[in-house]
Amino acid sequence: MAHRNNGGADPVSICARYSDDPTALIEILHDIQHAAGAIAEGDLHVVADRLNLSRAEVHGVMSFYSDFRREPAGRAVVQVCRGESCQAMGAAELIRTLSCALGAEPGETSADGVTLEAVYCLGNCALSPAAAINGKPLGRATPARIVSAVEAA
Amino acid sequence: MTTAWVSGDSAARSVGADEVAAALARGGASVKRNSSRGLFWLEPLVEVETPAGRVGYGPVSQDEVAALVADGMLEGRDHPLCIGAVDALPYLTRQDRRTFARAGLHEPLDLAAYEASGGLAGMKRALAMPPADIVEAVVASGLRGRGGAGFPAGIKWRTVAAQNAPAKYIVCNADEGDSGTYADRMLMEGDPFALIEGMAIAGLAVGAETGFVYIRSEYPAAIDTMRAAIRVMTNAGWLGNDIGASGRRFHLHVRRGAGAYICGEETSLLASLEGRRGEARAKPPIPAIAGFLGAPTVVNNVLTLAAVPTILAQGADAYAGAGRDRSRGTQPFQLAGNVRRPGLVEVPFGITLRELVEGFGGGTASGRPIRAIQLGGPLGAYVDASMLDLAMDYETLAANGAMLGHGGIVVFDDTVDMAAMARFAFEFCAIESCGKCTPCRVGAVRGVETMDRLLAGDGAARHIIDDLCELMTDGSLCAMGGLTPNPVRSAMKLFPEDFAPRSLT
Repeated sequence: MAHRNNGGADPVSICARYSDDPTALIEILHDIQHAAGAIAEGDLHVVADRLNLSRAEVHGVMSFYSDFRREPAGRAVVQVCRGESCQAMGAAELIRTLSCALGAEPGETSADGVTLEAVYCLGNCALSPAAAINGKPLGRATPARIVSAVEAA
Repeated sequence: MTTAWVSGDSAARSVGADEVAAALARGGASVKRNSSRGLFWLEPLVEVETPAGRVGYGPVSQDEVAALVADGMLEGRDHPLCIGAVDALPYLTRQDRRTFARAGLHEPLDLAAYEASGGLAGMKRALAMPPADIVEAVVASGLRGRGGAGFPAGIKWRTVAAQNAPAKYIVCNADEGDSGTYADRMLMEGDPFALIEGMAIAGLAVGAETGFVYIRSEYPAAIDTMRAAIRVMTNAGWLGNDIGASGRRFHLHVRRGAGAYICGEETSLLASLEGRRGEARAKPPIPAIAGFLGAPTVVNNVLTLAAVPTILAQGADAYAGAGRDRSRGTQPFQLAGNVRRPGLVEVPFGITLRELVEGFGGGTASGRPIRAIQLGGPLGAYVDASMLDLAMDYETLAANGAMLGHGGIVVFDDTVDMAAMARFAFEFCAIESCGKCTPCRVGAVRGVETMDRLLAGDGAARHIIDDLCELMTDGSLCAMGGLTPNPVRSAMKLFPEDFAPRSLT
């Protein structure tokens, strides 16, 4: 259960860091994705083996949570909030404009490697509309501010 | 050297607080990063320490810092961006901050400052009390679950305390997914020791030696701060095998969510905490009897647990003295959406919606008339401008078909398309449903389709939506499907003109 910072970034080491505890599966998947950018099929098999779970169980968990990816995202991930608070401040228009500017619809990655995601609440509702670029929050978002943050990313 | 405070809260940082802090340091200030005051329209807010107290400037952009410093900002001189003494702002003086008493005052991980401002007093008192007395103090305070359900916290604790089990757990629900709410995030980033103290007190009260804070992955700064705060409290002896040299144990761990709104529902959260798909399950058994790994478990929201140290330190009566009827104490309301002065407003229950939205909030940010307000997150009902005099407490809102939820208030001006918002409520439910029960999984998808039919001119669709809403309310396994009809039905009832046939884009 304890989180110890020893060892490498391969799935076996990551599982070992959590004492092969199956209740830590989500933490383990986060760590694998953080290290590799995505969770490969082979990693799932290793994790299932180490935690004594079936591959179906591990697959079921991974596919349930929207954070986990089978394929790496682009070089920049732009998350734009679609929550009600952001909609009250023009999020729908922001997403439309941004899709054109970036050349990617929500859920897609543009030709030059920018992934656009519509998300449901970044918890920055007092500074709506909210966005995040590679996890870095951006409040009072405008297409221009997002595009310049992507260029700086 | 003059000390200038710039919030390190992720909301402040999202509008350039880091850059402002760096520019101030270049301008000769000693910059310290405080927690958020919850005055978001002023962010980035700079607070300069002067002999007369902290003088505020905001919102300050990095490009303005050099000129502000040249104009005497670091001496607290007047300026168009100067808001005067921060503590004297009516937005703050008109509040009754208890859970957020420390908001903005010091560095979040400064344990000495925490203790100097009343922190750990509740823990010390709890360590000297029989566990049953701690539980009864929380019962007497009238504290109800701040996550949305409003269940009396003390009763839940009493249930867990009464279980005879080899292991019990304290789980903090920090999966704050409701749009319009950010108080949990503010508290974890700004006053993490208060949450840890509240959880440790809960452990002492019910006989649990292990706790988990389940934090949504959308809150990386809160995750980092909570982890750091746990290390500080462990090193100081307030967590671990011998808390406060009492011989009692309490260990606390942070677990991350992974992008699933449903995990804010307690049975889904527990499944996720066990490393499984975050699927809701039927209750009973309630988590207080069979929770994490089947053991008796207290599951409380961040704000519920963070209110506990104050209750223990100042006494149950002091807390219960605020509020009205069965809504005791204070509620941290969160103003969001199209509002001029968005921010955190902690006041006793019973304040009117008008005082919050017009008094504190200053009306809409756009300057246009208020048309709709959604209370209590995406599963809460919409109200219209004629309902602004509603008293904000659990019972009054329930009697008017609305709910308090987690205290989020999202304001919309007269440009809002309420049919689009009603459709969005179904769409959100379809995306975020865990899929376990049919009314929610299928009902939400059919809801979107049927709403589209209605807006395309199929009058028969209205009855189908009514029917569907009734089925989802009555037949869903949890609040996700069960409450999705709230925003849909309230929008259709209050704004029927928006549901006339139209050409769909």
